[in-house]
Amino acid sequence: MMYCIICLSEVNPVFNWTYFLSKEPPFYLCDGCKEKLAPIIGECCTICSRPLADLEAVFIHDGVCFDCFRWEQDPKWKGVLKQNYSLFLYNDFLKEVIARFKYRGDYMVAGAFSLYIPKKLFQNKIVVPIPLSSIRLYERGFNQAEAILHCAGIPSIHCLTRVHSEKQSKKSRAARLETSSVFAVENNKQIISQDVVLFDDIYTTGATLRNAAMALKEAGAKSVSSFTIAR
Amino acid sequence: MRFLIQNNLLTPTTKTIEQTKKIADIQNPKPQPINPAFPYNKNLQSLLQGKYLLLDEIPFPTEDIQEHYIHGYCLYNKGVEKRQSAYLCNRCGNTNQQYFASFRCARCQEVCFYCRSCIMMGRISECTPLISWTGPNMEQNTNNIQLHWDGALSSGQQAASEKMEQIIDQQSELLVWAVCGAGKTEVLFKGIEKALKQNKRVCIATPRTDVVLELAPRLQSVFPEIQVLPVYGGSEDRHLYSPLIISTTHQLFRFKQTFDLIILDEMDAFPYSYDTSLQYAVQTARKPNSAMIYLTATPNRSWRKKCQQNQINYVTIPARYHKHPLPVPRFTWCGNWEKQLEKNKLPQAVVDWIKERLDSRKQVLLFIPKIAYMEKVASIFEQWTTHLETVHAEDPSRKEKVQKMRKNQLDLLITTTILERGVTFANIDVAVLGAENQIFTDSALIQIAGRAGRKKEHPAGEVAFFHYGKTTAMVSAKKQIENSNKEAKEKGMLI
Repeated sequence: MMYCIICLSEVNPVFNWTYFLSKEPPFYLCDGCKEKLAPIIGECCTICSRPLADLEAVFIHDGVCFDCFRWEQDPKWKGVLKQNYSLFLYNDFLKEVIARFKYRGDYMVAGAFSLYIPKKLFQNKIVVPIPLSSIRLYERGFNQAEAILHCAGIPSIHCLTRVHSEKQSKKSRAARLETSSVFAVENNKQIISQDVVLFDDIYTTGATLRNAAMALKEAGAKSVSSFTIAR
Repeated sequence: MRFLIQNNLLTPTTKTIEQTKKIADIQNPKPQPINPAFPYNKNLQSLLQGKYLLLDEIPFPTEDIQEHYIHGYCLYNKGVEKRQSAYLCNRCGNTNQQYFASFRCARCQEVCFYCRSCIMMGRISECTPLISWTGPNMEQNTNNIQLHWDGALSSGQQAASEKMEQIIDQQSELLVWAVCGAGKTEVLFKGIEKALKQNKRVCIATPRTDVVLELAPRLQSVFPEIQVLPVYGGSEDRHLYSPLIISTTHQLFRFKQTFDLIILDEMDAFPYSYDTSLQYAVQTARKPNSAMIYLTATPNRSWRKKCQQNQINYVTIPARYHKHPLPVPRFTWCGNWEKQLEKNKLPQAVVDWIKERLDSRKQVLLFIPKIAYMEKVASIFEQWTTHLETVHAEDPSRKEKVQKMRKNQLDLLITTTILERGVTFANIDVAVLGAENQIFTDSALIQIAGRAGRKKEHPAGEVAFFHYGKTTAMVSAKKQIENSNKEAKEKGMLI
């Protein structure tokens, strides 16, 4: 018997030729859960992949959303994060799933996300997961970004460290922007003159990813882009 | 978390040293000898007594727990353990190996198995200890408690109430099979009073939070001398001690060998009836010597069989509190209503039946089998009344809509099976559209029919099942209702 990796309901895989000839996928999703995941489609902000359809015209500048526009206006942050790719809209269903994954600690949910990772995107790039502070890591038991990479079989290097700070989700945007140097690069040899992809679960304001990108750039990375599950 | 073991004494450590182990790998962790002189924390006692909690659920520092452990007042128990090559969750009792998963754990720095079945209560893994209380129990002092209720019981209620008192003395089990509207809650009062007078801990468990919220104030009002504690996901004061707890069956995962008397209300309701882990939760929350009362209006076939073969103590209350017979559903064939609905039409029989009631201003509760049809059905009736609403399980304004129906502000409420039980409207007629759908089991149909004629002032509601082919569930439901009426008549319980 197969179980849906998200809702644990029974799944009957379709036994066709593709099923027999292809390598059996290690994780299954039921149709209900598949349907509730909303892939990001249509025209998006060319920097952060936010869908532009729901935004009013005044908040769009040359295909860039107002948030990214503000980041790029600031000489300190201009071009630090080349581009962000995200898989799904952060809808109520995904909020629930990610809460179970991160806060309840259901590691296996990483397997569900790993099914959707476009592996080509990471070829010839150095993949760096966003780290947790040691206190947060102990609390959760695992790093959610590393878990997804592990399930997807994407090699990564752990050259970033993080000083313990208050949870991002409890801070305002202004407070998040102020936080500087939350990240440090430990061993920069592997990233010098390389294209780096940062990996995280959610893109909210982009402050975490930009802070990490800044640290990597200062340590010698050629370019830094990012990938998240939710946007 | 790992433990350092020296002279049978466990000390939590976050470091990986050779001599440390996960709790699952420690052979039979035993409590330390009790030190009677130890000034234990009474708040911890009231929180922990009778429960198995994660450290994350205890609002005291780990050092305090360790002190209590050293002096014999707390114990670290295994959360998830491996027995004969199969994993077992000691919180929810899960043994389905597909619901266990492993990961590289930052707490024990090893590969660690955890239970996915009860993950919503926080992860429990091989390195997660469950903390229990091994010190002295709190004195409950409820032996002088008085029941503050001067209502009268019907003869059926009276018989059930007396039987329940006997069962409490015998510490055995009883099924109370009471028809919808028999007044089950009042049956419990005397028994609960008796148990409390013997300083027993009592729990009323139900699968549904709605029922917890409805029962708690009713019991609080008849037992004003104690604090009746409602317990459900997210409820406040969950850490308090109470001699009388009203809990969802889910929350009982946190209790082990706690209660002398458990009353399980709506035992046939979802999800309890399908979820063996909830049944485990209820059983493990009982003390080894304890009494158990099962309450239901619609026992499933296996329980009915147990009754017929006298394998279990049971008592029936076949008549309603107001001594009028149960409304018997009428079947009306209405053709392929789904096909008609595609053309934005409803069968004439259904339209006529409902219009008749709209014209005479009698409220109607209409059950349909699928959420997807709701809006369409509603839009058809909108040409005859503007006072209508639709409601389903995930409707955020469910409570408000039910309230509007109660206040007679609606003519028609269209619902899924979510309103099949637990709600009382004063004067309504009930209809089911598509009663042949398999979602309408015999017990669902009995519960639905039981929404009509509940009040003494309006005891004769009408119930209509519109169907496209009679099912055994429909026939069985009708038969059971007629049997109850017959039994009530024979016992002289009807006016």
